Amino acid sequence: MPNACKQVLVKNKLGLHARPAMQFVDMANQFTSDIKVLKGGEEPCEADGKSVMQMIILAAVEGTPLTIEASGDDADEAVRRLGDLFDSGFGEDE
Amino acid sequence: MEIKKGIGVSPGVVISTAVVLDAEDLLIPRRQVETADVPAEIKRVEKALAESVADLTRLRKETAAKHGKEIGNIFDFHLGILRDKTTLKQLLTEIQTNQTTAEYAVSVVMRRFAANFLKMSDKYLSERVKDVYDVERRILRNLIGQKHKGLGQLKQDVIVIAHDLLPSQTAALDRAHVRGFATDVGGRTSHTAIVARAMGIPAVVGLGDITSEVSGGDTVIIDGNRGVLIINPDEDQLIEHREFERKLIRLETELAELRDLPAQTLDGHVVSLQANIEFPEEVRDATHRGAQGIGLYRTEFLYLASAQEPTEEDHYNSYVEAIRLLKGRPLVIRTLDLGADKYTQEKAANPERNPFLGDRSIRMCLHDIPMFKRQLRAIMRASVLGDVRIMFPMISTLMELRQAKMVLKDVTEELEDENQPFRQDIPIGIMIEVPSAALMANHFAREVNFFSIGTNDLIQYTLACDRTNEKVAGLFCPAHPAVLALIRDVIRAGVRNSISVSVCGEMAGEALYTLLLLGLGLTIFSMNGPDIPEVKKIIRSTTMAHAKQVARRVMSFDSERQVMHFLREETRKIIPEAF
Repeated sequence: MPNACKQVLVKNKLGLHARPAMQFVDMANQFTSDIKVLKGGEEPCEADGKSVMQMIILAAVEGTPLTIEASGDDADEAVRRLGDLFDSGFGEDE
Repeated sequence: MEIKKGIGVSPGVVISTAVVLDAEDLLIPRRQVETADVPAEIKRVEKALAESVADLTRLRKETAAKHGKEIGNIFDFHLGILRDKTTLKQLLTEIQTNQTTAEYAVSVVMRRFAANFLKMSDKYLSERVKDVYDVERRILRNLIGQKHKGLGQLKQDVIVIAHDLLPSQTAALDRAHVRGFATDVGGRTSHTAIVARAMGIPAVVGLGDITSEVSGGDTVIIDGNRGVLIINPDEDQLIEHREFERKLIRLETELAELRDLPAQTLDGHVVSLQANIEFPEEVRDATHRGAQGIGLYRTEFLYLASAQEPTEEDHYNSYVEAIRLLKGRPLVIRTLDLGADKYTQEKAANPERNPFLGDRSIRMCLHDIPMFKRQLRAIMRASVLGDVRIMFPMISTLMELRQAKMVLKDVTEELEDENQPFRQDIPIGIMIEVPSAALMANHFAREVNFFSIGTNDLIQYTLACDRTNEKVAGLFCPAHPAVLALIRDVIRAGVRNSISVSVCGEMAGEALYTLLLLGLGLTIFSMNGPDIPEVKKIIRSTTMAHAKQVARRVMSFDSERQVMHFLREETRKIIPEAF
């Protein structure tokens, strides 16, 4: 099964709060691959990218580095498009 | 296991099961279901989730139409939680492995989720915990809408956990099964504290966010002496607290032996210790603890316990019951002291901007004479059955007192016309709880038979401090020299005019202030029943000469800290175990 992963950075000032988390989860659910988001640092944790409950608990504030992992047929596309969401700051700020 | 520190407002230790009472009174006790019922509970939770999604989708559409798409989108997160597979998975696990009701599962899962938010250091993110509570309530409402039987009734002993108990909630409580209280907010003089002390059960308030940290069904220890709450205690703590519980019971028995001894100082000065009550049945407990009468019968609970205003007969029956239980001991009935609280403000067509300075208490009664008269008629009719006295609260000007007395006169004339017996010379008194009344005590003393100092309100009005507002509650202090000066002057005015003066506020039952009040010449202390033995012990262990010395010294201080420090030291000298 194809695997893909990508490092991203939370760019928007308010962090990965309710709205961006929903945006991420909505998009993640369009893919058939399993999607995980990993947070390193002092308290490493991992979230199911398709669960908003788990995503929000990551408490990823601005500047947090995260890793998106996908495994499944559309893993590459999933990681690319989900990564773009982070890069665009979820359409917030400026 | 988790230990939470709050403010102990009613002593004692209790170990029991928690029920969490939220703002909407949804009681979520832990309830096991039979294995056979598990599928039914799963269906219920699935249905409630689907209904909640439908509610929200509709709400989102309506909101978007009215306020724009951006605002409508705030419901997306709620919908996201409801549709989340993790949510459903956790709910099903809870129901299947622990065999609980759907309600309990929702409560547990959502509170676990909420706890994660509360841990977040980022303020903006942790604020979203409110959304989680919102979703929890929505699902619960839908579940409870399905009319689950048995919910909301107490079948076993519980500890009630609430944000802040409302008077209407405590009035409706199944008191037989409530063993303790714990609340998010409140202070020593909050409603919860007063009720708990009156019921003689432990309470801890000001615990922050305890309602979200405890789930219904958790085992909880409340230590009202140390102001501690322990969630799901370990074995060691259970043993330690059971031992402590026993020790307190021993102390209680020791104090009970004081019951039949007079409240007399070593040099022969006698005072009267009385009790404050809310319900007639409390008389039994009060006299059991040595109360020589009821110095304050709060009648508000007649109004709060039911949706309808009490009839004259409702009043009469309660008074008769209290009189019967008192067996000739005095009963001071305070006329309705409602207003300024959530109960009346919610009902009001135009909530007041400043309710504590608004239409409350005697002011409200004088604005609704028919209601006021109903109560006065009942008091007067009952007055022939025992030693009944009548007390008007919140008097701030002489005019109010004179008006109230005129209404009372009207009532007695009516009764005379109807040939109903009543006590002609019923003693009439006022509460001194507004600084203006305290400052004019000499004038009031000529028109009444007694004073009763309501320290809680007197402090709040003198120090301009809302004792229920945690941010300023620290300013609320009976030891403030300004408060003490008012109390001293009111007692003096009473002595000079030969009328009796009592203190019926919380201060009267606080061991810390016993020596001082005694030394200031107070002759009646009216407090919550459970406080009587300790106050009596102090009185019986000192002399009037010493108490006067203490009072003189205290009146020379200029800060409440000095006052409290000195009083603590002096009291410790008499009974070392007091603090």
